[in-house]
Amino acid sequence: MITLHHYLVLAVILFCIGVFGVIVRRNMLVIFMSIELMLSSVNLVFLSFSRFLGSTDGQIWVFMVLTVAAAEAAVGLGIIVALFRNKPTLYVDEVKELKG
Amino acid sequence: MDYTVAALKTFLIFFVVINIVPLLIWLERKGAAYIQDRRGPNRAAIFGVRLGGLIHSLNDVVKLLFKEDIIPSHVNKPLFILAPMIAMFVATITMAVIPFGDPVVIGSHAPFLLQVADLNVGLLYVFAVSSLGVYGVMLAGWAANNKYALLGGLRSAAQMVSYEVSMGLSVVGIFLMAGSLRLSDIVNQQGANLFHWNIFLQPVAFFIFLAALFAETNRLPFDLPEGESELVAGFHVEYSSMKFALFFMAEYAHIIVGSCIIATLFFGGWNIPFVSSEWIKMNADLVLKILWMGLGLFSVVGGSLLCRRFKKQRYGDLRDFEPLVFGVPGVLTGFGLLGLFAIFGNKVFLPEWGPSVLLAAIQIGVFLAKVLFFCFFFIWVRWTLPRFRYDQLMKLGWKIMLPLALANILVTAWVALVN
Amino acid sequence: MESIIFYAFGGLAVVTALLMVTRQNPIFSAVWLVVCFFAFAVLFLMLNAQFIAVLQILLYAGAIMVLFIFVIMLLNVREEELKPKVLQFSGILGGGAAIYLIILFALGVLKEKVASFPILPADFGYVAPVGKLLFTKYLIPFELTSVLLLVAIVGSVVMGKRKL
Repeated sequence: MITLHHYLVLAVILFCIGVFGVIVRRNMLVIFMSIELMLSSVNLVFLSFSRFLGSTDGQIWVFMVLTVAAAEAAVGLGIIVALFRNKPTLYVDEVKELKG
Repeated sequence: MDYTVAALKTFLIFFVVINIVPLLIWLERKGAAYIQDRRGPNRAAIFGVRLGGLIHSLNDVVKLLFKEDIIPSHVNKPLFILAPMIAMFVATITMAVIPFGDPVVIGSHAPFLLQVADLNVGLLYVFAVSSLGVYGVMLAGWAANNKYALLGGLRSAAQMVSYEVSMGLSVVGIFLMAGSLRLSDIVNQQGANLFHWNIFLQPVAFFIFLAALFAETNRLPFDLPEGESELVAGFHVEYSSMKFALFFMAEYAHIIVGSCIIATLFFGGWNIPFVSSEWIKMNADLVLKILWMGLGLFSVVGGSLLCRRFKKQRYGDLRDFEPLVFGVPGVLTGFGLLGLFAIFGNKVFLPEWGPSVLLAAIQIGVFLAKVLFFCFFFIWVRWTLPRFRYDQLMKLGWKIMLPLALANILVTAWVALVN
Repeated sequence: MESIIFYAFGGLAVVTALLMVTRQNPIFSAVWLVVCFFAFAVLFLMLNAQFIAVLQILLYAGAIMVLFIFVIMLLNVREEELKPKVLQFSGILGGGAAIYLIILFALGVLKEKVASFPILPADFGYVAPVGKLLFTKYLIPFELTSVLLLVAIVGSVVMGKRKL
């Protein structure tokens, strides 16, 4: 019998893997992908509560999150490409021109 | 039980698609030949039977299966092997939601669907799957570690992403007409009246969809990812043997799937113009007799035409007898059918489940006929139009098709609101 | 049946997510993340969210990840060279933080008593109910997302231009 808790714990695990990726990796693209993973696991929480409460509202918010993720991907990848053009590296700790 | 039936249906549909592929390759070669005013393949033969060049496709299958499979040392091996699998997989799973006919109702049993899954989000599923098609091409281009392949992969990614936008927007008009994303609802909404088909109600959407579909299948006016005259062979330069064959098959499977979608969305799916399903069901006996007679007459006429082509000593070997091999049995079957009709024609009456099954068979036949016509259309276009330049391609996609699709949505929504 | 699918695809999602964060080559990360999103889509289907599940594939796997791979191919990224010291420290820190967070959240979740799912109407999560809600109760947020998308389009065009 699968309950709400199963889905919540799964979402927590996936979210924390995303956090782990953001902390550990130095490659901007992989950090970005980890953020997408975190967004998706939040969607999982929204949907499991929507299923639990029997209301469709949660699905609407997932829709919003998907839109935000799409916008974020477009702008973020634009920034990465623009950054790469100025300084051919993808590693976050090599981009420190603004460090005081 | 349900799972077994679904698995059987899946297998059957996959089998049919895989078997139409060699037929399409033959059609492509012959079509190309006749468009370019030559005869096309006509040499390969089994005991003198050439089937007008169809044996060439069989030879190709054997050749590609038994060739040495070379994996160059500089490639990225896992992705190199994965890419053709993705291409083939994605090309065929779209068939899961295509409806081939009305659900068959026999007695008090539950209706038997003539499609694998009647999804509530059918059309979105089609788009979701077709948007994955780009992975096969991109990963192949990247994994091959070859500049031509990489260029092909990049081009195809840019092209597919651009055209998918107009493709998705062009069918919004159809959602608005049908009020549903379920493919069977869309077909039922079009009905048997020819002038209610979406080709007449949504002509702009049809042309946008068609152009975008050509781009998605990487066929000729948009075959920049392959572009043999500029990129050698594009994304599949490094492939050989069965891996190449998978890409080749995926292209044709894509054509078949695309034709299925066009037939479903714009040409009334399984509907026959001006002959409603109820009428066929009511007059099943009459329809059966007409079909019987028609088949007999067709066999007789076709067989005798073939027999007339027989001329002794044209080649001086077994090939002389090729028309007879098909002509004589054709004539005999035809006369047999007609004779049986003369004897039993008035005594046959269908059992209770007869009309439903007959209707389903006719609908599947009509649907396949439409699909084959569009497959031919793909080939026709390929050998008629030249290739776009890259900037023209992008201009067409973003500056012409996208605004047109948006305008189409606006007009359709307005009309739907007024009604 | 339900629990088999949940454990199979939940496990797949976790494994592929771990593979995603540990691959050195970003293109493998991207491919594993695509597989992970498929597992997510199956889980969404299990939660009666057909429409969202298909959107997940259409948007994430079909558009966003294609963009990622496109950028990786375009920049022709080399494999990440490992800097053992840095990796070690940040690895310990990240791993510790992740495990701490997992335990914290899981304990918080499991403190509540077990909540099983109710039975839902047949058309829950279909396109029509979601769409109806989207265009009535949530009309203003929905319209605002279009503004967000417009801003994103303008922003990415500005970013992409070599000089304005």
